[in-house]
Amino acid sequence: MAVGKSIIRKEAWDKVTGRAKYTNDFKEQGMLHAVLVTSPYAHARILSLDARRALAAPGVHAVVTGEGLPLTGEDMRDRPPIAVDKVRYYGEVVAVVVADTLAQAEQAARLVRVVYEPLPAVGSPSEALKEGAPLLHEHLDRYEKNKTTHPEPGTNVAHRTKIRKGNIEQGFAESDVIVETSVSFAPSDHIAMETRCATAEIWPDGTIHISASSQSPFMIKKLLHTYFGEETGKIIVHTPLVGGAYGGKAPVQLELLAYLASKAVGGRKVSVWNSREHDMITSPVHIGLEATVKIGATKEGLFKAMEILFLFDGGAYSDKAIDVSRAAAVDCTGPYHVENVFCDSLCVYTNRPYATPFRSFGHCEQAFAVERAIDELARTLQLDPWEVRRKNAILPGHTTPTQVRLTKSNVGNMPACLDRLRELMRWDEWQRVELDAYTVRAKGISGGWKTSTIDTDASSGVILTFNSDGSVNVISGVVEIGTGTKTVLAQIVAERLKMDVDDVHVKMDIDTQTTPEHWKTVASRGTFMAGRAALAAADDAIRQLKDIAACVLRASPDDLEVGFGRVFLRDDPAIFLPIKDIAYGYKFPNGNAIGGQVIGRGHYILRHLTPLDPETGAGKPGPEWGVCAEGVEIEFNRRDYTYRIVKAYAVIDAGKVLNPKAALGQAMGAMSMGLSFASREGFLFDKEQRVLNPQLRTYRPIRFGEHPEYIVEFVETPQIDAPYGARGIGEHGLIGMPAALANALSLAAGVPLNELPLVPELIWRKQKGDSYGSV
Amino acid sequence: MEETTKRELVLHVNGERRSIVARQAETLLFVLRDGLGLTGAKPGCLNGDCGACTVLVDGTPIKSCMMLAIETVGKEITTIEGLDDAPIQHAFVRHFSFQCGYCTPGFIMNAHALIERHPNADEAAIQEWLESNICRCTSYQEIEAAVKEVLEAKKAAPTDP
Repeated sequence: MAVGKSIIRKEAWDKVTGRAKYTNDFKEQGMLHAVLVTSPYAHARILSLDARRALAAPGVHAVVTGEGLPLTGEDMRDRPPIAVDKVRYYGEVVAVVVADTLAQAEQAARLVRVVYEPLPAVGSPSEALKEGAPLLHEHLDRYEKNKTTHPEPGTNVAHRTKIRKGNIEQGFAESDVIVETSVSFAPSDHIAMETRCATAEIWPDGTIHISASSQSPFMIKKLLHTYFGEETGKIIVHTPLVGGAYGGKAPVQLELLAYLASKAVGGRKVSVWNSREHDMITSPVHIGLEATVKIGATKEGLFKAMEILFLFDGGAYSDKAIDVSRAAAVDCTGPYHVENVFCDSLCVYTNRPYATPFRSFGHCEQAFAVERAIDELARTLQLDPWEVRRKNAILPGHTTPTQVRLTKSNVGNMPACLDRLRELMRWDEWQRVELDAYTVRAKGISGGWKTSTIDTDASSGVILTFNSDGSVNVISGVVEIGTGTKTVLAQIVAERLKMDVDDVHVKMDIDTQTTPEHWKTVASRGTFMAGRAALAAADDAIRQLKDIAACVLRASPDDLEVGFGRVFLRDDPAIFLPIKDIAYGYKFPNGNAIGGQVIGRGHYILRHLTPLDPETGAGKPGPEWGVCAEGVEIEFNRRDYTYRIVKAYAVIDAGKVLNPKAALGQAMGAMSMGLSFASREGFLFDKEQRVLNPQLRTYRPIRFGEHPEYIVEFVETPQIDAPYGARGIGEHGLIGMPAALANALSLAAGVPLNELPLVPELIWRKQKGDSYGSV
Repeated sequence: MEETTKRELVLHVNGERRSIVARQAETLLFVLRDGLGLTGAKPGCLNGDCGACTVLVDGTPIKSCMMLAIETVGKEITTIEGLDDAPIQHAFVRHFSFQCGYCTPGFIMNAHALIERHPNADEAAIQEWLESNICRCTSYQEIEAAVKEVLEAKKAAPTDP
């Protein structure tokens, strides 16, 4: 009925008419505005801070500084919400100025005088690990942390994940060839078009009202309790539509500043809204990486061993970077069967903006490293890179790097994805062709897989309320960040209740007081977890409808069916009650009544997840592994090193496609983001680790007309646990893009390209030799 | 200090006369949003780079973060709220040309002006116009499909007398 159809998203007309409202669109008379004062140094001691002139400026109510505040952080509490004593990255917040208007706050922010003593700055993970490198956190041993975080005090290592599977020495001994590849890229950014924004207000009874552009409204509630001891019941978080997130709005940062600012002005409502520049560097960024991959294989290309070192550039604070580094380790080999795996994944502190989830959560990063190595292996062995991937494709019965045995349900069909990709790309016809003296076309491919490493006790709830016309309201904690998940939930509910999806209404906004919790809108788990909760809620509603109808129709509830706006006798559908007559209970002709409003409740919690063993990594980090095979076709100009991305392909195992056009949009959007990241995005740092391009004019995402033709297909291998078998698809499109682009360009230019972004200058430098320097 | 630089402005917005008191230094974007409650135009960079704040001034798409409100006195301003069932809005819905929706008002205003002004726009013209806006959710292919469909329909339809 509704599942499998391209239902238009429920908020579509709000969005094309300008009526859709985001956090910063809600303005209130008397609301104060906060502006952040940030550090001009990446590493420096704060000698003094003088806010007197700022406080005397027109309209200023308060200047909030960092003394006496608790440390924050989800895995390890290493970050002061406002820097004290020391700043550790360029753009770190040192004070928050609160004034009547934004303009007044901006003017006063310039009057805050801070005296710094610059310290040597650490610029990359490998630099941070060198003997004698400056330490970012001298007291790493004193930080509060959870049980699964393993910092190494006295170093810049915030966390290390170890994967030990099989026998690595034996694997290499059995190999005919061993290929080693190193890759690297600097941190970059999510660039959601809506910059982050939060407001806070504290009412006289102590109730804290937060509004936030966030993927984690429920986590805000939890963390305000953890950090500041506020009662969770008195914290209410409101999240309207979110203008793009891609992982960047999962961490909690501005919300804490808004809370502190409101507290400083007697609880008045204060808005903290990021400028684009602050959003790019002051708020958390997309992680950087340096990695080395060593693959041992037989001369036929069969993998025998993989040894991987990931050095993730977590930036100044560990935030979710620890988790990202762990997620990459969990799936370190990519979607291939490897019996002997040795991986160390380190989350390293550097004096750079701190990192947080970015769509694909460590997996496009992992794939870039391993898939470049696979292409180099294929080149060494003179084998077809597609054949090598096909030969090693992961199958049910194999185990993952963390030793989870795969089944037909918990892993997608990797061979099917690869086979279809080969056909779509006409891979066998050519992989590199010279069109004329200067123009080369080339193709590159990549595999990808991902499981969702989320908290083992993450849960999701859904409430369905009925209206007196028989229509239904869906209330879920999934934030509408653009993925259309709430519309898909409406489809799931309509399918189960056998009703018209137009009669299923969705509450878009989140209000943590009335919306059941959904852990975080991350990890492509919205459809799975909230979908299961929605099915449970629909079943609960069906039970209630049948109970009331059973009484009225004088029939056993077991003999009744719900659908098409009715409760009817299975045996004789002509005997029925319209749902609208019982949705609020049933009133008999004599005035007697039974029942009451039908309210369906459902929840879902992931099962059997475990933390990883600290020594071997063994454990079950996520519920299922979605797989994909992806490719890129480029046209490279050998004269000026420019190139055009002609086509981009993805074949993704979607389990079951619930909304075809929405699914295509998710895949293509993710691919676009991956190509943009790989081809042109990345922060440029000077020697002092200041970011040189925190603006969309100098940090330039892909624009209209630069986009290739997108060709996307889905394979459907149902995951038995998931609603209608659907697997997460919001991230897979991105995973293979950087690697596929790098593989295509390496083939075209005839030189290994192992760094991102793949700008013409990089290709030129690699061809001329690194010693050629840069322009 | 600030109060002395404020003045009353009369703007023509979406066919209505609207009077507002604003700082002379205020951009059109902030006056539309904070003064007139027209929040369809979005701040994305306040630097003219992203196009999320695009509105029409005398029919020309303008990044409203780059224009002072005072400069628009005597001009006709059209925001997304002033579009009435335009074909491009329908096409955006049909082609799933947006996801989070934040860049959508700017994109639609720009595309609408392109269609109105250059109904015969070729590939190069479409690119030249639309490359001034950034969308981070879609692949742009969905937006391209919507714009081309409206242009095609306009070409096929009989011209107004």
